[in-house]
Amino acid sequence: MSVLVYAENRDGLFRKATLELLSYAAEMAKAMNTHVVAIAIGCVQTDELVKLGQYGAVKVLKSNPDFNILDIKAFAKIIVAAVEKEQATVILFPGSINGSALAPAVAARLKAGLVTGVVALPTSFDPLVVKKMVFTGKAFAATKVTTPVKVLTLSQNSFGVAEPGTGAAVVEEFGVEAAKSAISLVEVKKQTGKVLLTDAEIVVSGGRGLKGPENFGLIEELAELLGAATGCSRPVSDEGWRPHSEHVGQTGKIIAPVLYIACGISGAIQHVGGISSSKHIVAVNNDKDAPIFDVADYGIVGDFKTVLPEMIAAIREVKAK
Amino acid sequence: MKILVCISEVPDTTTKIRFTDGNKALDTAGIQWIINPWDELALTRALEIKEASGGAVEAVTVATVGAAQAEPTIRKALAVGADNAIRVDAPATDAWYVAVQLAEVVKSGGFEIVMTGRDSADYNGASVGGMLAALLDYNTLSSVSSMALDGGKIIAGREIDGGTETLEAELPFLAVVQKGIAIEPRIPAMRGIMMARTKPLQVVPPVDTGCLTENVEFELPKSRGACRKFAADEVKALVDVLHNEAKLI
Ligand SMILES: Cc1cc2nc3c(=O)[nH]c(=O)nc-3n(C[C@H](O)[C@H](O)[C@H](O)COP(=O)(O)OP(=O)(O)OC[C@H]3O[C@@H](n4cnc5c(N)ncnc54)[C@H](O)[C@@H]3O)c2cc1C
Repeated sequence: MSVLVYAENRDGLFRKATLELLSYAAEMAKAMNTHVVAIAIGCVQTDELVKLGQYGAVKVLKSNPDFNILDIKAFAKIIVAAVEKEQATVILFPGSINGSALAPAVAARLKAGLVTGVVALPTSFDPLVVKKMVFTGKAFAATKVTTPVKVLTLSQNSFGVAEPGTGAAVVEEFGVEAAKSAISLVEVKKQTGKVLLTDAEIVVSGGRGLKGPENFGLIEELAELLGAATGCSRPVSDEGWRPHSEHVGQTGKIIAPVLYIACGISGAIQHVGGISSSKHIVAVNNDKDAPIFDVADYGIVGDFKTVLPEMIAAIREVKAK
Repeated sequence: MKILVCISEVPDTTTKIRFTDGNKALDTAGIQWIINPWDELALTRALEIKEASGGAVEAVTVATVGAAQAEPTIRKALAVGADNAIRVDAPATDAWYVAVQLAEVVKSGGFEIVMTGRDSADYNGASVGGMLAALLDYNTLSSVSSMALDGGKIIAGREIDGGTETLEAELPFLAVVQKGIAIEPRIPAMRGIMMARTKPLQVVPPVDTGCLTENVEFELPKSRGACRKFAADEVKALVDVLHNEAKLI
């Protein structure tokens, strides 16, 4: 028996979602009286692999470094082989873009019950019952899995990353024959170094109240100052003021930052669904009755044009101290 | 070549969610049902692909797993422009159950291109598309935000962390789609609504399989405390609270 974690890397480094997932896995394994094994597919340096031991993995399977895309079919075959080798009864994926794509592919191949969007440790292990998000942030369900092997994806920022320990994971080569899919890469466009919306501790977001793309400089400036990611409401990305990847809400990204700052966003139910798991919400809106204030913890009733520059200046001041 | 778009019906996105039966079931009283937003966008794009294909795509079919009450939603998809529809006559109990039913639909209909939405706006399983691709062993991509047919190949854009990828895939192919695949869904025109009444809607019995998961209970999020409001000239005071008291910045 073991708990198997898909350790997703981003350009050869383990992302926060992976460390959070391992922290979760370690707690689960403790409760199940077993251990955590991680599998990493793609090119990752050995010292980075060993580091997973600090978050509770006793062993890391190092597999198939020569993929330049997420090949769902091939990756699923490799992970299934690892499940069999390690006799894993619980398989965990991060709720990232790629983790969410792999979990159903693996679950179907194993005919294992799958719960996605898990937000907490199981409330029961036998039978396994976990809490997951449903109705896009508007509710939660307690979901029971009835198969011997279980697959879960963990919502990002729902559990937190544990303090690293001193453990070092044993690294084991685990090459699997997995034919590549008939899919080839034509082009990649990628910004590096930018804080990802789904990973971010702080998100600064702008809505239609900002009137036009030219005013998003203020959002960016505030975000940069706070080390935050930038987001937006749906009409803003529909209008092309901001990229689709920044769209937050029911039809965009569901996020759970520690702090969400909503500027010129009315707080429509579809937007709020995407931010309801934020720990704290600050709203800037010139309409004192805007529904965003119903979900916000702190609010400023005022025009973004004056409020945001003052906020930026005031934060600079406290940061300088 | 034929395209299958898998659709599910979900409560309108403005629905205030409530539960009944001791929080064991969704209270469906007064709910307006709509085509799941991503499925609607997938259908829109499938129709555009067909129209641009110069006859290479013969038909766009929609399929759903659901009871008879889902038929108005299917008729809407036909009114939007799907050529025909298949309803597997069974409640959509869990992702595995639905995927197994849809796999049967794909196999018996010989669909070479299948499109599903990223997730359904009700139980947010985000599983059916991925499971279906696995059951069919099709080439597949997730988070597809643009898609075209080029000769016999698919050119697709997909969102990755911090950017996008463009990929070329061979058929048979399944796309799990999200925003960007189309921006605005097509709305049925009067003519479409008239025609939808006579388009074929085939009802097929389910194949035998079980469920692997079960939602045993629901809860609503805890309501947040009251908002601490500051006036437009109290920005400094708010920043002070966020920094010194809440320690958020
Ligand atoms: C199927 C469906 C799915 C949807 N999914 C999403 C989703 O995922 N995400 C999403 O965001 N929306 C979604 N929507 C849209 C949603 O219903 C709202 O239309 C949208 O969220 C409104 O965006 P907004 O708050 O930016 O704009 P508005 O509602 O126009 O609000 C603008 C706000 O800015 C304020 N404002 C104006 N001027 C100023 C100023 N000078 N200073 C300060 N404040 C100012 C106004 O008081 C107002 O509150 C969806 C809708 C549908 C039908």
